[in-house]
Amino acid sequence: MGDLYLVFKNLTRKKMRLALTLFATFIAFMIFGTISAFQSALDSGVELSADDRLITVNKINFTQPLPIAYYNRVRTVDGIVEVTHLNWFGGYYQDPKNFLPMMAVNENTFLKVYNELVLTDEEEAAWKGNRQGLIVGENAARQYGWKKGDRIPINSNIFSQKDGTTSWDFTIEAVYTGEQEQTDTSGLYFHYKYFNETQSFGGNYIGWMGVRTADPARNGEVIKAIDDMFVNSPFETETVPEKAFNQAFLAQIGNLGLILSSVIFAAFFIILVIVGNSMILAIRERTSEIAVLKTIGFKSGRIFAMVLSESIFLALMGGGLGLLASFGLIELFNGSGVAQLPTLVLKPHIIMQSLMFMLLLGGITGIFPAITAQRLNIISALSRH
Amino acid sequence: MSETLFDLKNVRKYFTRGAEEIHVFDGLNLEIEKGDFVAIMGPSGSGKTTLLNMLGGVDQPTDGEISFSGDRIDNLSEGALANWRATNIGFIFQFYNLMPMLSAARNVELPLLLTNLSAKQRKENVATALELVDLADRTTHKPREMSGGQQQRVAIARAIVSDPKMLLCDEPTGDLDRETADEILSMLQLLNRDFGKTIVMVTHDPLAAKYAKRILHLDKGNFISEEVD
Repeated sequence: MGDLYLVFKNLTRKKMRLALTLFATFIAFMIFGTISAFQSALDSGVELSADDRLITVNKINFTQPLPIAYYNRVRTVDGIVEVTHLNWFGGYYQDPKNFLPMMAVNENTFLKVYNELVLTDEEEAAWKGNRQGLIVGENAARQYGWKKGDRIPINSNIFSQKDGTTSWDFTIEAVYTGEQEQTDTSGLYFHYKYFNETQSFGGNYIGWMGVRTADPARNGEVIKAIDDMFVNSPFETETVPEKAFNQAFLAQIGNLGLILSSVIFAAFFIILVIVGNSMILAIRERTSEIAVLKTIGFKSGRIFAMVLSESIFLALMGGGLGLLASFGLIELFNGSGVAQLPTLVLKPHIIMQSLMFMLLLGGITGIFPAITAQRLNIISALSRH
Repeated sequence: MSETLFDLKNVRKYFTRGAEEIHVFDGLNLEIEKGDFVAIMGPSGSGKTTLLNMLGGVDQPTDGEISFSGDRIDNLSEGALANWRATNIGFIFQFYNLMPMLSAARNVELPLLLTNLSAKQRKENVATALELVDLADRTTHKPREMSGGQQQRVAIARAIVSDPKMLLCDEPTGDLDRETADEILSMLQLLNRDFGKTIVMVTHDPLAAKYAKRILHLDKGNFISEEVD
């Protein structure tokens, strides 16, 4: 038997209280782990943005189109490696609820600018060679059970074909993966030519351009050159680094970070009160036992450490289980195939952050009972008994 | 030649209660020799428990000297006193004060956690102590599974397991029936007689006090009489 054994026995002496306190901590850390993974996935769009990639949009706002002619003009700007253009298609599969992040792109340059999408050379060649070819991210493919070679109809909730229908036929030429775990693989990409030639209105316009520069250090120079080129034209442009564009896009949804942090803070505050109260009660009940330990010869510092470690163990146990549950939830979520949502990952920094919060929770809830136990006067404690 | 274990010289102990200063002891002198078995009797408020607390180093005098085996303990720090208690004193309380979540053996082992003994040695010492109090067959029982007398015997085993020189007993039979009380007192007598433990016992019970070699009557902070067996 050692001090740890005593801590364990004290911790487990009231099973129901232990279970309830553990459950509260468990819930808090399950929420924390899951929400943090969600937040990290949203942030990954910004984090994974390439430093040497720029986005050129209509200066009015990014939903306004640009003439296709801009594409070739931008290609002439010095300091650019490649340019591609994209159009938002507003696609859905079978039911408008099955929304798809689908774009019509320049098939010759798209994968040079967005090289984090991984497919084989043969697949790339097959896609480029088929006007109705489609490349599908593995996340979307998993959700709808698609595979290479499938012929699928996709509808648009924005565009219609010249014959009045809103359905386009495609052949899946590749299911691409991401260069990194959190690379978004929910997108679908098809030929701009197919889109442009079949749509009933708005031809020869593009949504925006993706520009890869030779060196991130030259971004400023390239941005100025592109935007100056179209100044005072009916379609003025605004070119921004992709990171800034993604940040601005996320900001339009609202301050997600603040919302998520508020949820986490509220959960932790409640747990702090519950666990803290539970620890104070537990120590108050044990006043005479602590006095006896001191009488026998246990020093105050040792008693302090035992009480504090009890609350830290409690937080680590509940928090650890909660984090494990959040891992399970994340796996379930990722496996559910909701293609519009990003891949969630319980990254090492979230685990480290959780551990830190567990220690903090244990420390804060244990420090006052520990000080009380440390300062406990033997005589008054025993006479109370 | 007998050896003085405790030597109290001109001990004063004052408490303040609000604006009032209460003088519990105002120049108390006492010598306790090694191997003695002293019973301290007296009415409530006479200072019995305060004296026991000072002897056990859980309370300190306002003034005066308390020496143990020739060394002053009244001026020791809290930490040093804790070490001193762990080495020299075994405590036996009226309400046993066992840890409810620990078995008898684990309760007895507690003082040994303050020593450098190995787990094996601790286990052996615990077994010996429990055998001595005739509870070798109750090692795994929790306090709630034992009678009051058995619990007090576990408390005695806990008090003697680290082989202290001195046992301080605060009303050790105050919560027991006569028959069980006699068993416990006989056990204390045995520890004093056969194992040389010096014992100071505070009691209200004259029958219990008769087991001691010396009975001191305390009243208003002064020893008013002494009976020697």
